[in-house]
Amino acid sequence: MKIVGRVWKFGDDISTDLIIPGKYKFKTIDFDELAKHVMEGADPSFASKISKGDIIVAGKNFGCGSSREQAPVVIKHAGISVVVAKSFARIFYRNAFNIGLPLVESKDLPDFVDSGDVIEVALSEGKIYAKGRTFDFKPIPDFLMRILEDGGLVEHFKKRGRFIWEGK
Amino acid sequence: MGMTLAEKIIYMKVGREPSPGEIVVLPIDAAMAHDGTAPLMIKSFNEMGASRVWDKEKAIFVIDHISPSSNEGTSALHKMMREFARKHGIKLYDVGEGICHQILPEKGYVFPGGVVVGADSHTCTHGAFAAFSTGIGSTDMAAVFASGKLWFKVPESIRINITGSFRGNVTSKDAILFAIGEIKADGATYRSVEFTGEAVKNMSMDSRMVMTNMAIEMGGKTGLIASDSTTRAFLEGRIKVPFKEINADAGAHYVDELEIEAGKLEPMLSCPHQVDNVRAVSELEGKPVDQVFIGSCTNGRLEDLRMVAKVLRGKSVKVRTIVMPASKEVLLSALREGVIEELVRAGCAVGVPGCGPCVGGHHGVPSPGDIVISTTNRNFKGRMGCAEAEIYLASPLTAAYSALNGKFTVPEEVS
Repeated sequence: MKIVGRVWKFGDDISTDLIIPGKYKFKTIDFDELAKHVMEGADPSFASKISKGDIIVAGKNFGCGSSREQAPVVIKHAGISVVVAKSFARIFYRNAFNIGLPLVESKDLPDFVDSGDVIEVALSEGKIYAKGRTFDFKPIPDFLMRILEDGGLVEHFKKRGRFIWEGK
Repeated sequence: MGMTLAEKIIYMKVGREPSPGEIVVLPIDAAMAHDGTAPLMIKSFNEMGASRVWDKEKAIFVIDHISPSSNEGTSALHKMMREFARKHGIKLYDVGEGICHQILPEKGYVFPGGVVVGADSHTCTHGAFAAFSTGIGSTDMAAVFASGKLWFKVPESIRINITGSFRGNVTSKDAILFAIGEIKADGATYRSVEFTGEAVKNMSMDSRMVMTNMAIEMGGKTGLIASDSTTRAFLEGRIKVPFKEINADAGAHYVDELEIEAGKLEPMLSCPHQVDNVRAVSELEGKPVDQVFIGSCTNGRLEDLRMVAKVLRGKSVKVRTIVMPASKEVLLSALREGVIEELVRAGCAVGVPGCGPCVGGHHGVPSPGDIVISTTNRNFKGRMGCAEAEIYLASPLTAAYSALNGKFTVPEEVS
């Protein structure tokens, strides 16, 4: 999987409250509606600026806070193709793969790029190409990659009739 | 080599010694979703084509986040939960029953050695009972509802050892805020946080749950405390399985350790807009406050309400003060003891058991510019529903004294 897209840069500790404030998520699970508020807490005009395929690049502890799966879903639904961050909060990490949003951990890339740069993320190669430099990242574990390739956990189960970790 | 508490519980489930980083599949003893996460869980469950819930006795719904509902949209989501619960024969704790993390232990779903998952990040609370307990998302929860199992990465462990005893104006909330200030918001990511030491041993279950509740605020996968006679006294008559004392082994390996001398701690605050932005209350003494909230899965228990009532007895609060008991059981006990009457006489607005203003979904939303002292666990920008409000997290004792004076106040030392 190769992803090419334009960067939108954020800082450290972007919480799920910043990604999708709690006040919206209790009222609906209509993601066309929720996606209008994506990243609203960090950048109120974000939803109106982005295009399909764009990439979020952030600092450490991205997705910290609540377990709300609405957070990765609104990011994906708004058209973001991948999130690259120095590190991710644990529940957000699981949720993102479960709903088919790829995440990449890179300690060095976030400080090297700025909003507006175009970068390429080669998921299966474990490489990011940005402004003439190549950044390696630890490959995504096999079973998560399989879930991602199936289009998330729901599609994965529909396709295979069981979860990949069952029978282990 | 000895095992940590997390490794010990996993060992009891898989029958061999696990090593950190390894992926294990664990059978689930209790699985909970609430009104913020169950609707998406139901959607994923149905889209998967799953037909039945793996075990009706172990799957639980709780309506606590916007409870009672404040609008049509939320009401429709609540209805969706009630219909799913009826169809699949699972238990739903409806409006007024209380907060999921209080209900689960009260109703006997949590026991030492059990594996608890909740579609809520503060599910780590149940580690206070030596259960391996962690928050997951809605689609993971759909997988659990369908199969009764889930994969986990065996966590590395860190230990927070609290020696000695607290001063009269310091509570377990001050200790955990201090610890988060040291370890920082992501210092325990993917790790299990074990709380040990004399001060922890001497805590009530109510106080211990404050510590484990906030393990997630340093990124922790779970917070854990060994089970002992205090745990047994709480769980007796509630759980259906035999009680076990579970301890970490003497030679267990911790990747990091934090030593805290309880006697040196003073009342603490977590300042806007990050939980790890921790300062002593004394540094902000005298700063005016607009709203005080006492409640939540962190500090809405009987011990907390008693503490507040004792401070407010026969006096009047100077600022609006909202109190939400953590559960119906807590509310009933507080009523019987006269605690609620004292709170109401002192001018507190006492509400329906539930999450209340903590998550900013329905009521108690502050105004732009408001300074709020809250006994909850998160002060992220916008958390209580208003991005221009400042939220300070504190102990119930600090909250009560500050409500009384209308400004940030260091609680008096009582023995």
